[in-house]
Amino acid sequence: MTTTPKDGGQALIRALENEGVDLLFGLPGGAILPVYDPLIDSSIRHVLVRHEQGAGHMASGYAHATGRPGVAMVTSGPAATNIVTALCDAHLDSVPLVCITGQVPLGAIGTDAFQECDTTGITMSVTKHNFLVTDAQDIPRTIKEAFHIATTGRPGPVLVDIPKDIVDPNNPHSAMEWTDDVEMDLPGYHPNIEVDPAGIAAAADLMRAAERPVLYVGGGILKARAAEALRQLVEMTGIHVVTTLMARGAFPDSHELCLGMPGMHGNFTAVTAMQEADLLIALGARFDDRVTGRIDGFAPDARIIHIDIDGAELGKVLRPDIAIQGDCRLAVEALVADFSANGTGDADRSAWRSRISGWQERFPLAYEPWGPGQALKPQYVIERLRDLTPDDTIVASGVGQHQMWASQYWNFDHPYTWINSGGLGTMGYAIPAAIGAKAGMPDRMVWAVDGDGCFQMTAQELVTATVEGFPIKVALINNSYLGMVRQWQEMFYDERFSEVFLSKDVPDYKLWAQSMGCEGMRVDDPDEIDAAITKANEIDDRPVVIDFRVMAEEKVYPMVPAGATNWDLVVPPSQADLPR
Amino acid sequence: MNVAAPEYRYHTLVVTVENKAGVLARVAGLFARRGFNIESLAVAPTDDDLFSRLTIVVDIESAPLDQVVKQLDKLVNVVEIRELHPGYAVERELMIVTVEAEPHRRDELVEHLDRAGGKVLSVGTDSMMLSLVGPPKRIDEFENLLRPFGIVELQRTGRVALAALDGEH
Ligand SMILES: Cc1ncc(C[n+]2csc(CCOP(=O)(O)OP(=O)(O)O)c2C)c(N)n1
Ligand SMILES: [Mg+2]
Repeated sequence: MTTTPKDGGQALIRALENEGVDLLFGLPGGAILPVYDPLIDSSIRHVLVRHEQGAGHMASGYAHATGRPGVAMVTSGPAATNIVTALCDAHLDSVPLVCITGQVPLGAIGTDAFQECDTTGITMSVTKHNFLVTDAQDIPRTIKEAFHIATTGRPGPVLVDIPKDIVDPNNPHSAMEWTDDVEMDLPGYHPNIEVDPAGIAAAADLMRAAERPVLYVGGGILKARAAEALRQLVEMTGIHVVTTLMARGAFPDSHELCLGMPGMHGNFTAVTAMQEADLLIALGARFDDRVTGRIDGFAPDARIIHIDIDGAELGKVLRPDIAIQGDCRLAVEALVADFSANGTGDADRSAWRSRISGWQERFPLAYEPWGPGQALKPQYVIERLRDLTPDDTIVASGVGQHQMWASQYWNFDHPYTWINSGGLGTMGYAIPAAIGAKAGMPDRMVWAVDGDGCFQMTAQELVTATVEGFPIKVALINNSYLGMVRQWQEMFYDERFSEVFLSKDVPDYKLWAQSMGCEGMRVDDPDEIDAAITKANEIDDRPVVIDFRVMAEEKVYPMVPAGATNWDLVVPPSQADLPR
Repeated sequence: MNVAAPEYRYHTLVVTVENKAGVLARVAGLFARRGFNIESLAVAPTDDDLFSRLTIVVDIESAPLDQVVKQLDKLVNVVEIRELHPGYAVERELMIVTVEAEPHRRDELVEHLDRAGGKVLSVGTDSMMLSLVGPPKRIDEFENLLRPFGIVELQRTGRVALAALDGEH
């Protein structure tokens, strides 16, 4: 759009352009209609979704993959409520999003008008901040503030609710005078990124002295673009690393100091090393209950250094011995500088290293091999996918057993290659998130690893993928069950299966995929897995769905039962009798 | 932001917020969502009409004070938070109350009122309306004194507070 904006609608589009927005995921409707008109003349590409939740998750996948904020635009009422799940998801996983919602005209607010809902009220607790704009003149400033808030400090979703009359050129309320320089007015928002040097020095001292230290790396490291700095720190100090579900890829899995994922379905060695540690260095992690297990039994001997951009995380769950509020990248760089200047100490860690390699030898990830007559092993499907795709493939996942197997069995050697819903655990995340990632990174191969339950929640976005030209690939780990729930019922409810069986026959995923313009395949035989994946990898003009028929009885191991401490990690039956 | 050692159960936070629609809902929503208990809450504009001031008395048995402060601080519209140490704050609250007051008990009632430093706002046939301004504890005591007379209706404002001037308690 090149002419000077004269009304709120034009100003909104121009303000988005000025923020560098290249892609907008959305779906129009009554209240947001006036904004969709100037959009036609804009450089911004709009991706028309099939459900507003999809728009939110696409924006999230885009943000994860590119590091730039994802943007979604939807209308009022039901569209706004449809995107609430995606906002909550982004809020819990600290994903920078800006969501524009239409609203009924100012004069109609509060009258229960058609498609009116209290969008800012509903989304208050699931956004980092939200705005209801009441004057067309305020639109450029508010958009600038929204992007600033979404992307600075601890990132998160910001919603901007825009009444129709202030963007409708036929309404005098929309009149505004455009100016290129708008000042933000956020007297209460001053995120601090600087780290306290005294805290860093004290942390470095503790790290030098520790005999059993573990770096507990969370999603904040990725948000801070600190993977490179982290690698330096690790190689300098020789301290082992665990990467949480939100941080997979922040440190290469194939590095000898990487212990993998901690937590409820973490690697035995990652979980146990944290339990036995004398020092945990938490970087951009939040001591989530899925990582700590029962908190009173978590890492009993460990002193704790906690570094996070969000000061409220420090002391929220556990009292750290050293708390450092600030940007994780700056903190890690400061630690590196301290070790360069003062050395890495001479603590004797040989016993610790040998215990770790003992655990690694005795307790690798493991599953029973496939036997004739059985359906596919889901873990094996993931392993083949891992081995047959390029190293920098982006993997987006749904929520359930398939998510845990993907996180466990993939080999993440690059940051920003793993995209999943960690905090909210949103079924249906994979497909739209994969589309968003592909939209942001068109040259990269993007695979969604999805469950059959999840697939049925957001599969319609494959129509979006086909029509808009985002050739993602979907590995459907189809066990005919809400498998993760089935696993809990098997293990903790005496195998009393309640409402977890989906169906063996319907839907026909291959036909469904084909009907949405995708290549559809179905694989029942282990010998067909490689060919199917290879074929999928070669298709680049449309999305692909492979329906992998996997065993329903397979369980995710290891597992810390809910309410148990991490000492009570359940290992696969083949390892049950080994000495820990 | 100055966080005192939490040796008292109730702590007073004086919170300056932007004077915008919905800010009170954000604060109240935060307390509800995180399970922080509010003992009392008073809101009023400040001398600068861009800002309002909330005086929030929080019960730190529900959550550590520094969590309450840090979570509040994350609200974009919260501009400043000051914790008034219980020993170093001047706190006031206003109560107005209608008490049953048959003519033969009025002298006794007014005696209590005078001693507490309150005022008679209005007198009816069988009742009186009184007001008292004072530190919250004095208001509590006075309320207890009135109870045997029979309280018809009572309204308290919740406390407002400022930091004490040098040395004053
Ligand atoms: C929206 C939503 N509803 C319910 C759940 C609870 N839940 C967690 S995992 C799961 C099963 C997922 O089934 P599927 O997609 O088939 O994955 P599987 O576990 O079988 O691999 C359910 C129902 C959830 N996480 N999200
Ligand atoms: Mg399933």
